Amino acid sequence: MQIHKYDTVIVGAGGAGMRAAIESTKRSRTAVLTKLYPTRSHTGAAQGGMAAALANVEEDNWEWHTFDTVKGGDYLVDQDAAEILAKEAIDAVLDLEKMGLPFNRTPEGRIDQRRFGGHTRSHGEAPVRRSCYASDRTGHMILQTLYQNCVKEGVEFFNEFYVLDLLLQEVDGVKKSAGVVAYELATGEIHVFQAKSVIFASGGTGKFFKVTSNAHTLTGDGQAAAWRRGLPLEDMEFFQFHPTGIWRMGILLTEGARGEGGILRNKDGERFMEKYAPVMKDLASRDVVSRSIYTEIREGRGCGPEGDHVYLDLTHLPPEQLDAKLPDITEFARTYLGIEPYTDPIPIQPTAHYAMGGIPTNVEGEVLADNTTVVPGLYAAGEVACVSVHGANRLGTNSLLDINVFGRRSGIGAAEYATKNDFVELPENPAQMVEEQIERLRNSTGTERVATIRQELQECMDANVMVFRTEQTIKTAVDKIAELRKRYLDVSIQDKGKRFNTDLLEAVELGNLLDLAEVMATSALARKESRGGHYREDYPNRDDVNFMRHTMAYREVSADGTESIRLDYKPVVQTRYQPMERKY
Amino acid sequence: MATPILDKVEAESASSPYITVTLRIRRFNPEVSDEVQWQDFQISIDPKERVLDALHKIKWETDGTLTFRRSCAHGICGSDAMRINGKNRLACKTLIKDINPEKPITVEAIKGLTVLKDLVVDMDPFFQAYRDVMPFLITKGNEPTRERLQSAEDRERFDDTTKCILCAACTSSCPVFWNDGQYFGPAAIVNAHRFIFDSRDEGGEQRLEILNDRDGVWRCRTTFNCTDACPRGIEVTKAIQEVKRALITRRF
Repeated sequence: MQIHKYDTVIVGAGGAGMRAAIESTKRSRTAVLTKLYPTRSHTGAAQGGMAAALANVEEDNWEWHTFDTVKGGDYLVDQDAAEILAKEAIDAVLDLEKMGLPFNRTPEGRIDQRRFGGHTRSHGEAPVRRSCYASDRTGHMILQTLYQNCVKEGVEFFNEFYVLDLLLQEVDGVKKSAGVVAYELATGEIHVFQAKSVIFASGGTGKFFKVTSNAHTLTGDGQAAAWRRGLPLEDMEFFQFHPTGIWRMGILLTEGARGEGGILRNKDGERFMEKYAPVMKDLASRDVVSRSIYTEIREGRGCGPEGDHVYLDLTHLPPEQLDAKLPDITEFARTYLGIEPYTDPIPIQPTAHYAMGGIPTNVEGEVLADNTTVVPGLYAAGEVACVSVHGANRLGTNSLLDINVFGRRSGIGAAEYATKNDFVELPENPAQMVEEQIERLRNSTGTERVATIRQELQECMDANVMVFRTEQTIKTAVDKIAELRKRYLDVSIQDKGKRFNTDLLEAVELGNLLDLAEVMATSALARKESRGGHYREDYPNRDDVNFMRHTMAYREVSADGTESIRLDYKPVVQTRYQPMERKY
Repeated sequence: MATPILDKVEAESASSPYITVTLRIRRFNPEVSDEVQWQDFQISIDPKERVLDALHKIKWETDGTLTFRRSCAHGICGSDAMRINGKNRLACKTLIKDINPEKPITVEAIKGLTVLKDLVVDMDPFFQAYRDVMPFLITKGNEPTRERLQSAEDRERFDDTTKCILCAACTSSCPVFWNDGQYFGPAAIVNAHRFIFDSRDEGGEQRLEILNDRDGVWRCRTTFNCTDACPRGIEVTKAIQEVKRALITRRF
């Protein structure tokens, strides 16, 4: 075991982690621990753009953006946070341009902007061009640009260091962050990083679904580490299903395709979104479009022999436009489906995409131990966190924005905290929990296999807690997850070695997915209403009287070691906007 | 809407027969043995699936010790560059049906970088070469309040080289790099090109000096292996030629 000491430790090197690192490295001695090489992070998969009311191509302002974000989130958004997001968006985009990001340009040489779902002018009047983009590779360009600037700033990376535990210590009755414990993939060695401040920026947890746009590595590692150390998770029932994933594979096809004029059609060739969202049509918010697609499929208007998908039709768009604005997604259709998007529509289905919930933070990125108490020295930003700027449903292009705005804020905040505070003493055996976990998995002679349990989990989640949910389906999921968690205790791996043991890594990741799936299903069961991405067929309406509040889930361990989940709630911050019926 | 054509595609997929393929994988695990060995795995798979799916099938159902890197699984993260049937490709962008599944499919680590285990290589020298070309925007003077202006044409000038995902398929396909790891290699030059030809950048001269070095662009022998290998379709050799020309003319 090795012990390292840094002022600030950042866990994760996607957009949020690297944006934070650029700030904190200037102000404090910083280490970035990342499971993957930084440029492998899933920020690079984001396509369509980053929202900011630059008003480069038409009238726009941050207040309209704030309203759209609040309405898009079905009023579960904390409105003070949404206002910060929309206001700081403008500088966040300009900062990236100054760092070198190659945005597409207008004829005047300014950053070009395009339409995106749920972004409107004058509070819903018509779509507005707010998304700043670089072809359909905006996330790739953000990830590369941030990495380039990390190289420029001399950010210190520990690549392929997998953080497995968060160290919290009570000082004078206050729980404080003391550091993290990481497993070095190349050697199997365990490293303890003592730090004055820690930022979690480790991304999402989409791999508990089968059809997902998420990378294999998105297994909720940060959320699970915080959870096991007794920190709450907020709004975990809210998961976004992106309307246009490649049929069966789930690979993302950007909403920018519809922003450029693409149309969703059913088997009769009908533009069905006109029925569900007369004003915004194909550019309604993602939860609305995904439900509409499944409604078409359920009512027998799906495409193909099994009627299990619909079409994304780009055939009316000029090939030059597709080549210039959507080169990557058209190539995906050619590579994975053998389809030519110039002439043929693309079969699509909703795909699990984004966790609105996560580790609760305030607008400074400080992690909360309950509704109000900050954990000194602990920060979270990006998909791992819940500020909450996305509420019950995130708008497209708001996540690339979120990672930049709140990545920057937490980077500055954590570094400043580190300059003003001292190290918290490490616990006596800081690596004990991780060592035991690794040894148990490596030495287990159980009969269960990681891949089998993971597959059963993913199938269960797709079948029971996806776009449509009922009490019965969620209960089925809760029971199944409990069974899988029990079976997981009997899991064994084949690779017993220390060097690059990805067999072991996958076993650890599965444990995280199981814990988080349980939190998600339990939170979903209790929310007896429909709001944003959480749609209950048995409670089809939004219930502001009983459920205009954030879910706060806590892990409880009784004296005999039995684990359970306790649900509590947190008020939503409302400033400018009263909840209204949500129509597009 | 050309529905009939799509229905034909679907009819094919509905009947989709699984086929049996052999993957011949170059195994190496110094914890077990210093010897490299080729191991055959027979699996049943839909030919429309990816080589990555085949590797997962082996790892998840047969041999958990098989080790490779992967993440996004659709060609944008750059984790899974490997040599498949002797050619550098991304395993997640290569469909079984496109590489003649009749014969054993050989899979081995990319060349020129130290193999650490099975298909995993040491990427540090590769990223060091990248860092050495100063891969970031260099500007002088005061920053503008708003964005820097750039015409659509100037933006287009370096578009091709912005697509790089740092997978190392190009660099590890280069015979010069195989023989001498000191050579910067195509990927680093591509990333230098991305800035040299960016109208906003003012560090071109510095980067050109770095690449004028004995281990710089002049080592390129124009074999086009890199262009063939690039999973993003970047015209790598052309980019290297443009850097060479800029060194001669000092115009960029």
